[in-house]
Amino acid sequence: MTDLSVRVEDKLYQNRYQVDSGKVHIKVREHDKPSGPLRALLTACPARCYELNDKGQVEITADGCIECGTCRIIGEASGDIEWNYPRGGYGISFKFG
Amino acid sequence: MIDERFDAIVVGAGMAGNAAAYTLAERGLKVLQLERGEYSGAKNVQGAILYSDMLEKIIPNFREDAPLERHLVEQRFWMMDDRSHTGMQYRSDDFNEEKPNRYTIIRTQFDKWFSQKVRDAGALVICETTVTSLVQNGEGKVIGVRTDRKDGEVHADVVVLAEGVSGLLGTRAGLRERPEADKVALASRKCHFLPSETIEARFNLKGDEGVVIEAAGTISQGMTGMGFIYTNKECISLGIGCLVSDFQETGQTPYDLIERFKMHPSVAPLIAGSEVKEYSAHLIPEGGYNAIPQLYGDGWVMVGDAAQLNNAIHREGSNLAMTSGRLAAEAIFQVKSRRDPMTAENLSLYKKMIDDSFVMKDLKKYKDMPALLHTQSKNFFLTYPQLVSKAMQDFLRVDGTPKIQKEKASLKSFVSARSWWGLAGDAVRLARAWR
Ligand SMILES: Cc1cc2nc3c(=O)[nH]c(=O)nc-3n(C[C@H](O)[C@H](O)[C@H](O)COP(=O)(O)OP(=O)(O)OC[C@H]3O[C@@H](n4cnc5c(N)ncnc54)[C@H](O)[C@@H]3O)c2cc1C
Ligand code: SF4
Repeated sequence: MTDLSVRVEDKLYQNRYQVDSGKVHIKVREHDKPSGPLRALLTACPARCYELNDKGQVEITADGCIECGTCRIIGEASGDIEWNYPRGGYGISFKFG
Repeated sequence: MIDERFDAIVVGAGMAGNAAAYTLAERGLKVLQLERGEYSGAKNVQGAILYSDMLEKIIPNFREDAPLERHLVEQRFWMMDDRSHTGMQYRSDDFNEEKPNRYTIIRTQFDKWFSQKVRDAGALVICETTVTSLVQNGEGKVIGVRTDRKDGEVHADVVVLAEGVSGLLGTRAGLRERPEADKVALASRKCHFLPSETIEARFNLKGDEGVVIEAAGTISQGMTGMGFIYTNKECISLGIGCLVSDFQETGQTPYDLIERFKMHPSVAPLIAGSEVKEYSAHLIPEGGYNAIPQLYGDGWVMVGDAAQLNNAIHREGSNLAMTSGRLAAEAIFQVKSRRDPMTAENLSLYKKMIDDSFVMKDLKKYKDMPALLHTQSKNFFLTYPQLVSKAMQDFLRVDGTPKIQKEKASLKSFVSARSWWGLAGDAVRLARAWR
């Protein structure tokens, strides 16, 4: 399965983004050990924005985010993440949709 | 941002928002439409099938300049296991008509076209602007919106919430709940480019004819979900979506799911040699009738995916979005024409109009379907497709086994996988939910 997963970065490479440098639109609440919802984000995010750091905590790098909102559905209610849209005009711009 | 006051502010320039803004502006109302994308369509994802009838009711001569890809002459349904598919297909030359009923479209391009129509009709359309919250007065009436622009507050008599499935603003203002994980699907989609002649040869098409394939079975790995393959002029749009709760519980990843779908022996030859130009993903409302929130209130109405108006069984969403946007606009126009205030009581006209339309009637018809498919997902998406495939293969393979023996074995495999009660129960439940 891993050889499949690696390709997500290649896929995102096709996409067009306007990165709002310095402004993050999704934040992960600080934690020692990741909760169930946070662990689920490691696999459920279609752009693989969530990863474990070397301390075993879940971190987000939202540069490749395609703004699907899935992580909000999974992680906002429990307070694990704070979710906002990027500033107007920033983020993903689909050419085909 | 703007000192003027508007008759209506439309949040979002997707199918629902564009339909609403166009209809309002056509009728002479002063409309401001706000969209967070770089342009209308920049954030929007669809398969995409366009249903002519609902667009005709808004822009009757749309065929003259809308960016349409192919008109559909054939529909295939595939029930898939890992190595095969059992298919049903319908093709008719009747669909080669003067005013075709269904087209494929490339959603971003379509939205740009629709947005130009909205501007031409006289609405003020401002993109690259995220609405951050609704402005409510002391009594909770919605009186405008706040945006991320400098001095970004704008006021209007009524706000049309066409913000799509996530419904962030509606949720934050307490007008609706956040969608639950078992009531929305996450679909990812890719655009595979090929020369048009190659697409026509592979799908047996001539000229602008098109085919769509809807697929279900083991491709969703036991999750509640569906795949699709749609032909555009020079690209094949392919994708697969499953309930968010299923992704959460199984640990399946959306990108592996779509890769495996693409590698399926029935799919791979269709897209062989193509160039992928985009990877997108989006949520789809799947809760059906029972998940629809309150649709109107003091100073606001909710339309399209924001109101969870989506018929997942028939894969219809954009047409419900366009229709709800148009009806909300017509209701607002009527209230305005009578010089009445935009109160909940007066705006309930929108609810009445949508209840009388196909939108609510269709959603009501399938109200039990989402729950059934969800609770029985292993049976409907794994067990049955595997059994059907095995029965078909036994039926077709000529190997000297007497036919009667083959039939008995097929039946036995169904019964041992699901038991008579299970089979009968599933059949009854499915029939009931379909009725
Ligand atoms: C993969 C996939 C395939 C599909 N296939 C089909 C199909 O073949 N046929 C069909 O009929 N339907 C299909 N659908 C469903 C269809 O796409 C939706 O029902 C339709 O797009 C809903 O339109 P909408 O205007 O309500 O929402 P959207 O199209 O999502 O539009 C919402 C708009 O609001 C904007 N917005 C949101 N929040 C803000 C904010 N705070 N400030 C400013 N702007 C904001 C967004 O950027 C967006 O432009 C499909 C959906 C998916 C995901
Ligand atoms: S919005 Fe979607 S793409 Fe972006 S981080 Fe969340 S799950 Fe990933």
